[in-house]
Amino acid sequence: MIEEPRIGVFICHCGVNIGGVINVPEVTEYASKLPRVTYAEHSLYTCSEAGLDAIRKAIAECSLNRVVVASCTPRTHEQLFRETVKEAGLNPYLFEMANIRDQCSWVHMHEPGKATEKAKDLVRMAVAKAALLEPQTEPEVEVKDASLVIGAGVAGMTAALSMANQGFKVCLIEREKGPGGIVRRLYKLYPTLASSSEVVGPLVKAVKSHGNIELMTSTTLKEASGYVGNFNVILATPNGDKEANVGTIIVACGALNYRPPQGLYQYKVLDKVVTQEELDGILRRDALGKPERIVMIQCVGARKGEIRPSALEAFPRSDTAELLRKILKARKEEGWPYCSRICCMNAIKNAILIKENSPKTDVVILYGDLRVYKEYEDFYKRARDLEVRFVRHIEEIPPEITQTPEGKLDVAAYDALSGLEVNFKTDWVALSTPLRPRRGEVLLARMLKVPIGTDGFLMEAHLKLRPVDTNVDGVFIAGTVSGPKDVSESIISGEAAAARASILMGNKKVRTDAITALVDEDLCIGCGLCEELCPYGAPKVEVGKSKIREILCRGCGSCAAECPRRAISMRHFGDHQILEQVKALLAPAG
Amino acid sequence: MGEKTERGEKAEEGFEPLIVAFCCNWCSYAGADLAGTSRFEYPPNIRVIRVMCTGRIDPTFVLEALRMGADGVLVAGCHPGDCHYQKGNFIMEKRFGYIKKAVDSIGMEPERVRLEWVSASEGGKFAALVREMTQQIKQLGPSPFRLPQSSA
Repeated sequence: MIEEPRIGVFICHCGVNIGGVINVPEVTEYASKLPRVTYAEHSLYTCSEAGLDAIRKAIAECSLNRVVVASCTPRTHEQLFRETVKEAGLNPYLFEMANIRDQCSWVHMHEPGKATEKAKDLVRMAVAKAALLEPQTEPEVEVKDASLVIGAGVAGMTAALSMANQGFKVCLIEREKGPGGIVRRLYKLYPTLASSSEVVGPLVKAVKSHGNIELMTSTTLKEASGYVGNFNVILATPNGDKEANVGTIIVACGALNYRPPQGLYQYKVLDKVVTQEELDGILRRDALGKPERIVMIQCVGARKGEIRPSALEAFPRSDTAELLRKILKARKEEGWPYCSRICCMNAIKNAILIKENSPKTDVVILYGDLRVYKEYEDFYKRARDLEVRFVRHIEEIPPEITQTPEGKLDVAAYDALSGLEVNFKTDWVALSTPLRPRRGEVLLARMLKVPIGTDGFLMEAHLKLRPVDTNVDGVFIAGTVSGPKDVSESIISGEAAAARASILMGNKKVRTDAITALVDEDLCIGCGLCEELCPYGAPKVEVGKSKIREILCRGCGSCAAECPRRAISMRHFGDHQILEQVKALLAPAG
Repeated sequence: MGEKTERGEKAEEGFEPLIVAFCCNWCSYAGADLAGTSRFEYPPNIRVIRVMCTGRIDPTFVLEALRMGADGVLVAGCHPGDCHYQKGNFIMEKRFGYIKKAVDSIGMEPERVRLEWVSASEGGKFAALVREMTQQIKQLGPSPFRLPQSSA
């Protein structure tokens, strides 16, 4: 039997994010009068140390046994508040959140009155659920001390080595014939002008010789099941399928260079119009010679247009794979909306390489915006000192490229400073193109349940706060699979993902959510429907009664909703708790 | 309850519908959060109840919400194939057919209940969906079960 609820309600202004729209004092006053609410207060930032202290203090002073925080989303802050109530001696599951920022003040900014009324409803619903909450114990699962790293590029190899050096077994798979990823094919890297083999070579050598790393090339992920600590994967290798059991997974399968469609800037029409990636190859083969001039055009296929949500809404029922196929098709023609962040430095790098080899060659870089951050400013200055010419052109009027009678190229562009048309007779044109997502990642994401963003890259759990985590516990992302990165950034994300995975494996155990299913044996008739439905094999009918193995249960609740005898209930998301929220909204007592 | 012939003629002046949404934690609730992070505005007629998976949503949740006077119920989950629990949304999709029939059989417009897929990256889609559904329910008019004390 539940003790008489004494609920504390804490309402957050979130600076002006909530307080600037919703009348927080009014909502607090309202909350204080709700049934079973013992205490209500508001603060500028409930998640600040002062705000958390106030919660701990109120729990002690007012003998609160339930806590409701009305602030942002439980997806980012529930854990923090659960920890806080736990520190004050409450079971962490005696906590409930009302989302009055992301789903209220931020989306009803111009309707403060209605937003305030909605916030009251949301608080009332949360209080109603809180009154029925019960303490829960989180089951512990063992974490297998092995990891699967998908993709043996710079990020993947870095992550694999980091984990292997900490003593964990790593299975490193690579779809290509050899490791090295996209960097292996490059010539020299900015800003050190080190040869790419100087970066990739030692990594490959270390990966190949490390006793804890099993490198499998020409291998892809075929199937994945399981959960954090205990993933079962099937790998498609040249010698047939191979099974592995790992505790964590790091996805590091990279990105591709965008190739413009034939005809854009005369690409694939005129021989000497190439991408920067191709120019890099020409420089490696020393096949450029000493031309009089080379013109580079920035942002080809990048920062073009925008992927509008409305464009995606045209396919309301399409699945992710179909959605991405459509995005990729449209983007092939139009280019990508984002800044790929590496192209400016890449162009400067190739310009410097050309100038150092052939000082008389005139190198012209046509740009709209030049983004050289941090120490790359020096790199840019070095190019200027070498007399590389940076010409800002009007991007909205794309340069036109024609062939002159004498077999040279003519680039006509509009100079942004003078507003006049300028012509460059040139031997070569190099197009700076962005990194774009790979199609193969769709299938992978679907297998691992990692969401894909509208730009086609895999999505991190939180753009700012959790950049290498994904929505799936135990699955992490590294390198360009989540967006354009250069080599050092890929190394950083590889190390970061390895660190995140190692925390799990190092602890050997992880607590999983207590949200699991429970069978009332008095009601169960042993029909076995739950056993049939469950994708994890958690329920098992023995001697006419279903039993749920808690460790296997992931807490979706499908069995509870389908059970014909209503014998299955869900911890923390019980029928009575959810219905109480509905009732609090629509038919509040009193 | 209202005759079928009366449907669509109930739109009232100044009527603000109240819509209950059941959103799965992993995709649609995250999508709704993203609508907020992106500041995509939509009408304040919706109240989201978070569940872990659409597979959790018992038909009685939807029917009880309608019985208590909700003007519409939205069930939103991951796109087919993207379910965090592999197939909860498929189970829901199948179940939703029965829910629609049940709603129809009690004399309510089946359009008052909707099942939609909204991924974690589709904040714009979530906002557009709420706009559209609010408009649609405004056309249908208040629920015949609406209690006097419930208001948006």
